[in-house]
Amino acid sequence: MIRIENVSLRHGQTQILHDISLTIPKGGITALIGPNGAGKSSLLSLVARLQPLQAGRISVDGWHVGTTPNRDLARILAILRQDSIVASRLRVRELVGFGRFPHGRGRLTPDDYAVIDRSLQQFDLTDLSDRFVETLSGGQRQRALVAMAFAQGTDYLLLDEPLNNLDMYFARELMRSLRTIANENGKTIVIVLHDINQAGTHADRIVAMKSGRIVADGTPSALLTPKTLKAIFGFEMQVETFDNTPVVLHFR
Amino acid sequence: MSIAAAQQSSKTGWIAGLTLAVFFVCSLCVGVSDMPIARLFSDGRALELLLVSRLPRTLAAILTGAGLAIAGLIMQTLARNRYVEPSTAGTAQSAELGILLITLFFPSASLLFKSLAASAAALLGTLLFLMTAHRFPPTQPFLVPLFGLVYGGVIGAAVTFVAWQADLLQYLSVWTNGDFSGVLRGRYELLWLGAAMVVIAWIVADRLTIMALGRDASIGLGIDYARMLQLGLIIVSVISALSVVVVGMVPFVGLVVPNIVSRLMGDNMRGTLPFVAVSGAILVLGCDILGRLIRYPYEIPVGTVMGCVGGLIFLWLLFRRSSDV
Repeated sequence: MIRIENVSLRHGQTQILHDISLTIPKGGITALIGPNGAGKSSLLSLVARLQPLQAGRISVDGWHVGTTPNRDLARILAILRQDSIVASRLRVRELVGFGRFPHGRGRLTPDDYAVIDRSLQQFDLTDLSDRFVETLSGGQRQRALVAMAFAQGTDYLLLDEPLNNLDMYFARELMRSLRTIANENGKTIVIVLHDINQAGTHADRIVAMKSGRIVADGTPSALLTPKTLKAIFGFEMQVETFDNTPVVLHFR
Repeated sequence: MSIAAAQQSSKTGWIAGLTLAVFFVCSLCVGVSDMPIARLFSDGRALELLLVSRLPRTLAAILTGAGLAIAGLIMQTLARNRYVEPSTAGTAQSAELGILLITLFFPSASLLFKSLAASAAALLGTLLFLMTAHRFPPTQPFLVPLFGLVYGGVIGAAVTFVAWQADLLQYLSVWTNGDFSGVLRGRYELLWLGAAMVVIAWIVADRLTIMALGRDASIGLGIDYARMLQLGLIIVSVISALSVVVVGMVPFVGLVVPNIVSRLMGDNMRGTLPFVAVSGAILVLGCDILGRLIRYPYEIPVGTVMGCVGGLIFLWLLFRRSSDV
């Protein structure tokens, strides 16, 4: 369980997060949505101890972020930041292999190799595993990064806009893979999404943020209503239900 | 690593090791004084020449080359930029400033003490460079090396000014231009400390590779990023300072060697770090041998030879890169 209590954050004069409290139970996919600058990425990076906590408390499975040693947290929670750049010339298999670093501190056991192979397979990278990451397309690179986070073998996965750069096919594939690992491996996935219909289709729960506050929180069918969406994004959009899944026609 | 890649790297390893061995023997044989190998053990003077001059000189070249190549590699990792190295980004110049000041105020200081002062100054100078370099947007990769050149130039100018005021300009050239001709037994052994730094770098090679992925990825994988940054700084500063103090600065090694190895083998340092070290040793030893042969029996300092050879290799790398893209 991720427990966020009274977390606030400010950079200089700008208040980025206002007194956020949120509990994310173990298991399932939680989507964070909201307009640009809502504070989604900041919240995620606070949970992943990428920036210091200024006010409030965050714990993951009872481990307090900020006091738990970095290397212990790395076995509990993995994060993929938005726009991660791989400037190094590493092969896909090597990159994914570094996901195992928190476990053996660099020494790979046969178990590690099995996990690496499974991650490559899960994200459809087996054929690309000997290619240098820099030679991949943006979408392939993104998948390699998600595979690396998955190889970390943590119960919690935080993904900041992983669908960036992905075409429709691979966006769908990635979301389905995440669904699979949430169902079969019991992973808890928190994912920042801009495509609201991906959130509506694949997430168990949607948390909406706006101007540093949580403005709505619920299941896709409860949250994706014209009224709530207008409150979040500031314009009217039609919502149809298709196969029990709400579909937002935001482009009309 | 795949089987094909592993086979290729073991082949490259053999070639590199063999080349270094050949250069090693050549370096022992090349010099002004005659040293017949056949009479090495019967003629006491030949053996003495080998042990007092040729062997120390050869080892100094190997240690300097390996060290500077690794220092360059780590500096590039810390700055997350492929085009920086200690001699172009203020590290060497800071070391010179440190050793100059210590010579000025404590003229009788031992070589070890001078090395310490130079290392401390190099550390400070590199820290300042990195703190500024991290502020530049990653979308402008050439800003960092450009800033490094200007920064190193300013410190270098300060060094020259102080040396000129104190009438120490002649001393200065000993540190600014690498030269192995003065290396004798008892005057190069500090360089082994640099070798120890290379070993430390190899121990933390995985961490360094992850650091190259950036701060967020490093923290996400449980690495103490700040501590690793400090360790990297210490390795770069100590190696650079020792080279400056013992033989003088040898440019370009830290720039071209890591770039060539990265092109050939990638950036997984667990595998590439030994090659970077060996290739650096080959390059510097080769340039030293060349400097001894070009206008035999006179010598050209290795810093000068390296400036030409390294510069040419670097230009070739730059042009190759643009045709790759």
